Amino acid sequence: MQAMTSEQMGPKIIRSLLVVVITFAALWFGLGFLSDPVAFQGMPPTVSKLIQAAIAIILGVAGIWALFYAGNSIIEALPARATDLLRPYLFVLPAIAVVGLYLIYPTVGTVVTSFTDVPEGEGFFYNYEQAFTSPEVILNLRNNLIWLIIAPAIAVVIGLIFAGMVDRIRLESLAKSFVFMPLAISFVGAAVIWKFVYAWKPEGQEQIGILNAIWVWIGGFLVDWGILAEVEPIAWLQAIPINTFALIAIMVWLQVGFAMVVLSAAIKGVPSELTEAARIDGASERQIFFRITIPSIKGSLLVVYTTIAIAVLKVFDIIFVTTGGNFDTSVVAVRMYQEMFRFRNFGQATTMAVILLVAVIPIMVVNIRNLRRQGIGA
Amino acid sequence: MKNRTWLALLLVLAIVVAACGGDGGESTTTEGEPSATTAPSDGPGTTGGESGTTMAPGESTGYTELDQALAGEFEGTTVEVWAQWLPESVEAANFTAALEPFFEATGIEVNFQPTPDYETALQVAVDGGNAPDLAQIAQPGKMHQYADAGSLVALDFFNAEKLEAEMVPAFFELGHYNDSLYGVYYKTDVKSIVWYPVQGFADNGYEVPTTWDELIALSDQIVADGNGNPWCISIESQEADGWVATDWMEDILLRTAPEEIYNQWISHEIPFNHPEVLEAADYMSDIWFTEDYAYGGSTYINATWIGETQDPMFAEGGPQCWMQKQAAWIGGFWGANRDFIAENPEAPSSEWPIVPGEDVDFFYFPTIEEDFGTPVLGAADMFVMFNDRPEVRALLEWLATPEAAQGWIEAGGFLSPLTTVPADWYTYPNDGLSEMVQNATTVGFDASDLMPAEVGAGTFWSGMIDWVAAEGENTEEVFQQIEDSWPG
Repeated sequence: MQAMTSEQMGPKIIRSLLVVVITFAALWFGLGFLSDPVAFQGMPPTVSKLIQAAIAIILGVAGIWALFYAGNSIIEALPARATDLLRPYLFVLPAIAVVGLYLIYPTVGTVVTSFTDVPEGEGFFYNYEQAFTSPEVILNLRNNLIWLIIAPAIAVVIGLIFAGMVDRIRLESLAKSFVFMPLAISFVGAAVIWKFVYAWKPEGQEQIGILNAIWVWIGGFLVDWGILAEVEPIAWLQAIPINTFALIAIMVWLQVGFAMVVLSAAIKGVPSELTEAARIDGASERQIFFRITIPSIKGSLLVVYTTIAIAVLKVFDIIFVTTGGNFDTSVVAVRMYQEMFRFRNFGQATTMAVILLVAVIPIMVVNIRNLRRQGIGA
Repeated sequence: MKNRTWLALLLVLAIVVAACGGDGGESTTTEGEPSATTAPSDGPGTTGGESGTTMAPGESTGYTELDQALAGEFEGTTVEVWAQWLPESVEAANFTAALEPFFEATGIEVNFQPTPDYETALQVAVDGGNAPDLAQIAQPGKMHQYADAGSLVALDFFNAEKLEAEMVPAFFELGHYNDSLYGVYYKTDVKSIVWYPVQGFADNGYEVPTTWDELIALSDQIVADGNGNPWCISIESQEADGWVATDWMEDILLRTAPEEIYNQWISHEIPFNHPEVLEAADYMSDIWFTEDYAYGGSTYINATWIGETQDPMFAEGGPQCWMQKQAAWIGGFWGANRDFIAENPEAPSSEWPIVPGEDVDFFYFPTIEEDFGTPVLGAADMFVMFNDRPEVRALLEWLATPEAAQGWIEAGGFLSPLTTVPADWYTYPNDGLSEMVQNATTVGFDASDLMPAEVGAGTFWSGMIDWVAAEGENTEEVFQQIEDSWPG
């Protein structure tokens, strides 16, 4: 790039400033036009929506291009060294702005609200005092803890078993896709499916839930053989404490596929020289699995475990759809939704959000550290 | 090469931003088919004369904007209306049909959006600045919240004198908040009724009970006869689990305590677990938790969806449960009616497989203590206004006229809070129900709707569920917990 004289720079800066002004004016009036309630009156709704969408897309595409063009032309007008120094920021800034606006700003706002949205005359910690003295919140936290302890562990163990076994069969990819399939189903969809699996009908009526249908059928034999006095269908979703474990089973079903796929790839990555050397040394298959394979894939195990743990901490859909948080199954996220949208209690709702956030952070830290150690992260 | 990279980057960014921008602007209004409500398939004039309405242009309705609308001043404008009646439900179809005369008379298109997960959707739309013009609200407490937040338009333009003269006083009052009119009541429900199978009662010589003692005696009789269980009760209702139980509590409290106690209970001037309330709970548990009274016991009550509560009443080989306390809408959910209505939403109730009034009839949930007369428990839907435009005003004013109710009244399942609706418009069961309202010594509005949402849509519901799960063993504990949860 040639060095520019100061005479050349003057008009260039003016020109690029002009571009900036025009771009902003166009965006300003364009967006104003879009949000003007009168502008689209009298048109059939479909037509007005289509026109609005078209304008929005044109404005978005052309506007962004114009903004970058304007920003770039300003930077180009500067001395060459400044140009090289500033150009990366031109590209990074919009990303930072978007993350800041949609992620950091709401997070900070949430934390602030949890401290400031209190009844008059109460201190900053009112919401937290309320939360940690409320028997319901304690129950929610307890349930979150049960989920956190059980769900990721079971999902990882089952995933590991599948990964280890599937490695040796011929129809590997077919078997894998069956286990993997639930991962493609949304949490809500899975909850609806399992609501039917767990469905309860009173004794004597036809059991439409497969679990109770099987239970009553087997139970019939047990009664005939004199092992059981009578058999009653079980209300899986209403009976405390079975219901929490029934719900955890849904989460495990959803996550096993993920665990299996990642761990299966990790197992394949274990150098065969190692296992073969062990075999020559006379190690049994079990010893190889526990002494060689597992230590070699420790990193992947940790990633899978923490990823599932984060998903489990945030669990909401499964509980909301199946029990609505009743029968002692509620967790912090469900409570947050209720406080926010049913009770309009922003202070309590944001407090729940902060509690969840704080609970997730240590797991995130472990996860990121581990990724770094493996050289996957930056 | 360098230029291409630039272009690619720009394009990606542009798409991202355009996607974000597009979202904010239009996402709330794209669902649903806006044309479904307004298709003017039968041309103007074909349905004009028959209904005997007073909507002829030139004649004053008493409402300013409505007069202007009828004169055609707002022709071609659109009003967006939201309501909780689910898409493809009977209610949504009836409301859509009821709105048609308005379009025919004024040329104002009404874009009606039946909305699932209604309360959340409305809240999100209001918070996001995309509020509909008019919205139906069931809970006065919600109206108070929106009014406090400044989202609602106070209806100062409304001819309140006319409305007061034409509406049941309790509903006129309930539409007010802080001395301003905010809500116009459109539809009411009477919940104080019990359904029973007519043929089954006749075959067994059972008679409709008129007092509480007769009700209990009949229940014992059914158990003693080995005819299954006398009561069909269940409360599972997804997001609103438990409200059926709160209705029972309220209906009984209206019968065992003076009206003041009921109102003080709502406003928390007496504790939630006041002795009068616990007494009502005891009456309730006499039916809910007496052995063999409720079909399937407490598990059935908690685990069965409210639309299927009464299925055993229509079991092959005779009713397995005999009485169900539920509002009139339940008729659409009786046994074979569910599938039939899903396929024939337009069919009148006389064509349903199980005909209300013939196969199944209702009686008034009886008086308990004579001193408190014959109260009824009601619920109601009002419309509130978020955007103030003349055509929106006109529609709201029209909704306060009998014409707006006529279509739905004739379709059934509708009670108007207006006193000006001719009695002979009503057919079964609403003729009986509107009579009940007129005979009522007290009209109690749904208490759980009036309590703070933390209680009325929170701990009261969940408390009832816990109470049922423990088969009524923990009455004092449950009511104490609800009392403790009262905010403030």
